Amino acid sequence: MAQTERIPSRQTTAGKPTGSGPPGTVTDSRSSGRSAGKPLSWWARARRDKILLLMALPGLALLLVFHYLPLLGNLIAFQEYLPFVPLGRSAWVGWDNFAVIFNGDAEFLNALKNTLLITLVQVIFVFPAPIALALLLNSLLSERIKRVVQSVLYLPHFLSWVIVIAIFQQILGGSGLINNFLREHGMGTIDFLGNPDGFIALLTSQVIWKDTGWGTILFLAALTQIDPGLYEAARVDGASRWRQLWHVTVPGIRGLIILLLILRLGDSLTVGFEQIILQQNLVGRPASEVLDTYVYNNGVLAGQWGVSAAVGLVKGLVGVALVLGANKIAHIFGEAGVYKR
Amino acid sequence: MTTPNLTVQKGIDDGPGMPTRAVKGVVLLVCCAVVIIPFIGVVATSIASQQHVTNSGGFVLWPDGLNLDAYKAIFNGGVVQRALLISVVIATFGTLISLAGSTMLAYSLSRPGSFGQRPILMIVLFSLLFSPGLIPNYLVVKEFGLLDSLLALILPTAISGFNVIVLRSFFMGIPDSVLDSARIDGAGDFRIFWSIVLPLSKAVLAVVGLFYAVGYWNAFFNAMLYINDTAKWPLQLVLRTYVINNTELSSGDLGGASADQLPPQESIQMAILVVSLVPILIVYPFLQRHFAKGMLTGAVKG
Repeated sequence: MAQTERIPSRQTTAGKPTGSGPPGTVTDSRSSGRSAGKPLSWWARARRDKILLLMALPGLALLLVFHYLPLLGNLIAFQEYLPFVPLGRSAWVGWDNFAVIFNGDAEFLNALKNTLLITLVQVIFVFPAPIALALLLNSLLSERIKRVVQSVLYLPHFLSWVIVIAIFQQILGGSGLINNFLREHGMGTIDFLGNPDGFIALLTSQVIWKDTGWGTILFLAALTQIDPGLYEAARVDGASRWRQLWHVTVPGIRGLIILLLILRLGDSLTVGFEQIILQQNLVGRPASEVLDTYVYNNGVLAGQWGVSAAVGLVKGLVGVALVLGANKIAHIFGEAGVYKR
Repeated sequence: MTTPNLTVQKGIDDGPGMPTRAVKGVVLLVCCAVVIIPFIGVVATSIASQQHVTNSGGFVLWPDGLNLDAYKAIFNGGVVQRALLISVVIATFGTLISLAGSTMLAYSLSRPGSFGQRPILMIVLFSLLFSPGLIPNYLVVKEFGLLDSLLALILPTAISGFNVIVLRSFFMGIPDSVLDSARIDGAGDFRIFWSIVLPLSKAVLAVVGLFYAVGYWNAFFNAMLYINDTAKWPLQLVLRTYVINNTELSSGDLGGASADQLPPQESIQMAILVVSLVPILIVYPFLQRHFAKGMLTGAVKG
């Protein structure tokens, strides 16, 4: 945010609280910034803005304590950490905990493989869904119908994963809607939820159900930005509706598609943690373990704190690198990237 | 804050032929049905009679009447009622804490040229780039002695950098002249924030507040991680245990109703689901009017 530094016109009188003088005495014209004057010293500015600083403090402190302080906790990746030993007293073990990564521990590799596979499947099936839906909605003639459909399809986004999975169980579970129907009609039941081979398909269908509607918002907004004149011009040139879609609509949202795709790829190592952990006991760990669940299961549950922290740390670092790299690519494509403010 | 206008200029509007229209209509109808039908089934199962539920093997799509036994059972003072109360407390206090912290932080970042603004802004922005990781987070919560405390469900997620940025961009849109006139009248920074900025920002406060509230209401994993004491479980954890993992709710769990009077487990499970859905459904129409704007203000975020 290119905020031009504004220079206050007058120094705050020492000892007087900012802006608490009688009406008429402006002790601080920071926000008007019309007249130039002597720049204030560091200390004077701090004094002048002490109320603002105090106001920032609670939020800032929460952010520092629960978002930045944990970064120090990553040090246990280099320790033989035991929960009952006070923090900082554990023995240092160098890079030992990283051995699972460097030596290719089978469980770790499986988690990595599942993670990347799920990302791949979801990029192919989940990513295009909202684009298709947005194009469909956009082509509707009736505003009213469009609004009703939007209201319905946005809703699942606001449900927790616990609720979504509970609902899916009612439909697909052993005594769920579909299997009851099959049983009634004398057909064999299908094990949707406990089948390791179908797990990725299950995850993917849940994500599509929950977030496709919500995902259309950005695309619908981008579609409004397309100049209607382009369609007219295309029509005058005799373009069919499909050719209008291909030559006007798609180029109009291409930038957004590229941007979101790059961001999604930057997030490759993160796949629905809550979603998976809730269903893991039905399909078993080999089919469902991803990096995040690996960290949870091995660390918090199995007590291998150091190893899990090491995996989490590497995952986090690679994740940040991917986000930064993806952003770089977005910039190269002339897009704003995540930093656009 | 105005309601976003997402209506799209009818770009391609040569008047599609009947077949195209029919196909579109069917596709959208199917999409909506796939979303709505499960909800109807959930409510139907929760109010259907015991016989109806048993006969159809568990999940019914349409009730045979109105039977509130399942709701009476869960509101008989058992685990569900307690969890509901805990979730309401967390969502209420959490949202208040989040809003207070976020708005004050956002306001202090919205005054041009104030002391320390740039580094503080950087701290907020960088927090969007990474998440600290599960194990380190757990250690911090543990070191602060917050395990098994409801504060562990509030404080770690209290400030969302994204929401701070949204609020900040809104505050920056308030004309300087309005704030300057208050300053000339002798109002201090906090006074200006409290009596001028906040009242001007009701709409954005409502949206951000609702997003925080929905977040607290839906949070499940932090509770699983930090709360071992089942007496402090929020509703989502109860849902997981008794609905997803299918743990049977004993009469003890339901406030001591005698076992032979209990409605079928399916109905009780669906009643719990309905109870956890209702607050979302209540705030949803309001959210829906505003969220697109809120989301677009902060530019693109996955």
